[in-house]
Amino acid sequence: MEAAAVARPRASRWGNALERQGVLASVLVAPAVIFIAALVGGPLLLSVYLSFTNATAGSLSGKWVGTENFRHEWSNQTFQDAAWHTFLFTVLSQVVVLLVAGLLAHALLRSFPGKWILRFLILLPWAAPLPLSLMGWKWMFDTSYSIINWTLENLGFVSKIDPPQWLAQPRLAMGSVIAVHAWRLIPFAVVIFLAGLASIPKEVDDAAAIDGATGLKKFAFVTLPLQLPIATVALLFGIVFTATDMAVVYILTQGGPPPSFSTEMVTTWSYKTGIESGSLGPGAAISLALLPVLAVVAIGMLIFARKREVT
Amino acid sequence: MSNAFREKSLSYLIVGPFAIVLAFPFYVMVITAFKNGTEFYDASATPYWFKQGPTLDNARFLFDNTPYTDWLENTALIGVAVVGITLLLALPAGYALARLSGRVGQSLGVGIFLTYLVPPTLLFLPLFWVISRLHLQDRLLALILVYPSFTVPFSTWLMMGFFKTIPQELEDAARVDGASRLKTLVRVIFPISLPGILTVIIFSFSLVLNEFVYAFTFISSTAHRTLSTGVYTDLIRGDLPEWGAIMVAALIPSIPLALLYNTFLDRFIAGFTGGAFR
Repeated sequence: MEAAAVARPRASRWGNALERQGVLASVLVAPAVIFIAALVGGPLLLSVYLSFTNATAGSLSGKWVGTENFRHEWSNQTFQDAAWHTFLFTVLSQVVVLLVAGLLAHALLRSFPGKWILRFLILLPWAAPLPLSLMGWKWMFDTSYSIINWTLENLGFVSKIDPPQWLAQPRLAMGSVIAVHAWRLIPFAVVIFLAGLASIPKEVDDAAAIDGATGLKKFAFVTLPLQLPIATVALLFGIVFTATDMAVVYILTQGGPPPSFSTEMVTTWSYKTGIESGSLGPGAAISLALLPVLAVVAIGMLIFARKREVT
Repeated sequence: MSNAFREKSLSYLIVGPFAIVLAFPFYVMVITAFKNGTEFYDASATPYWFKQGPTLDNARFLFDNTPYTDWLENTALIGVAVVGITLLLALPAGYALARLSGRVGQSLGVGIFLTYLVPPTLLFLPLFWVISRLHLQDRLLALILVYPSFTVPFSTWLMMGFFKTIPQELEDAARVDGASRLKTLVRVIFPISLPGILTVIIFSFSLVLNEFVYAFTFISSTAHRTLSTGVYTDLIRGDLPEWGAIMVAALIPSIPLALLYNTFLDRFIAGFTGGAFR
């Protein structure tokens, strides 16, 4: 290989430098790295800086106020509620997602007639653009005329005079956004599970069969432990996608229903403070509450990547 | 009864009901899209089917009386520009990370992947500050500039997985024949990576259509909106929104995207896990 490179007629000094592995790699990877540093790393640092100032959306420049924004939000009832709602929203939707996705992935592992159409239907919530499919949900949750209440009323489960207001009653609203978010994430978790299950070697199955492990026993002692890493990956992704989501909650309830704002999340509260009220500094401080979640997930991912390397 | 038959029936019993529940909102959207407007508020009309038969009135209303075509154009324009920038940055980077570097490359790859996890909800305020300073508020350029911040990390990781599956021997052969590394990359590697490149295009486009926070924050006028925000901000208004037109608006981009997504999903999994499970 080296001989071929030397024998080649020299084009230019540039051309020669590009023949060296390290140089070409750096040249190829640098634009992407610089771009990402400028558009993700930079803003992240800027966000930390803004959170220590009283910058507003109007004037942009602000004075240094130290930890004032953090102290204010920390003792602010709305922020405390938002943090608690975000926690509930994330944990409850992830429980549903993991249970359903694990079950579905196992059932989809076998081949059966008509599997592709069922798989297509299952993947729809993830494949269709979320802000648009949420329009369907908004209509389905409509109190007076939509399909959910029409069905429940005709089955006699709820009264026609006072039907449930899915997005306007505090507990129902929280349940609704959790359900919709789980609906959205289940297909994604199924995909991850399927990829993980496919990577379990066939020999493991055979060995289990020879040792006489079948049915539940095999599931509990062979399949489940082997699946734990992949379930963890699905969970880590799920946590980030849920805790940092704003579209589902904002489009469905805008953090409402008022006056209790039972679905206000860290994300919607940060948006309302930073953009709607124009207080960039405090808004940035609120959004930084998501950083610890992100850090935990990133560390989890790194541990997973390292383990894979070793095995 | 045979074991295989029982297992298959079990699969149907599990997958069938869930498939119906997960796809149900789309069924409702399709019915609503073709429903006569008066039926929405008629308690005697079943929401599961048509009382007076399907109609195209909702689609006509959408195209004649709303800025929907503007939003389609804006989204297409942003999508094409973002995909272009993404390919330009992610293809070379993905290749370099897959092939040309060792330990450093691996860490860099994981690092780039982790930046994909940094969400818009954490960056929209500082980016709003930057966009305002650059006087790019309410301009499509703002979104074209910002969207690659999540499509590039994602696509770099995806391409890295694809490039790893291309045998090194193929490159060596080209280089023995006297081609330079750069020439090998452009003439040999990129052409056989076409399926991977198509996957990146489709998934980047899908990420653009899914993005809500930036589009909602940076764009303020109706004419400059994209599909992901325009339908929500401008069509859901008043006490009686035009639900039929709204569903047509939502379905037009969703159906082709969902079909493409499904077609390329297996390739996507191969690329996405190519970096993690090998």
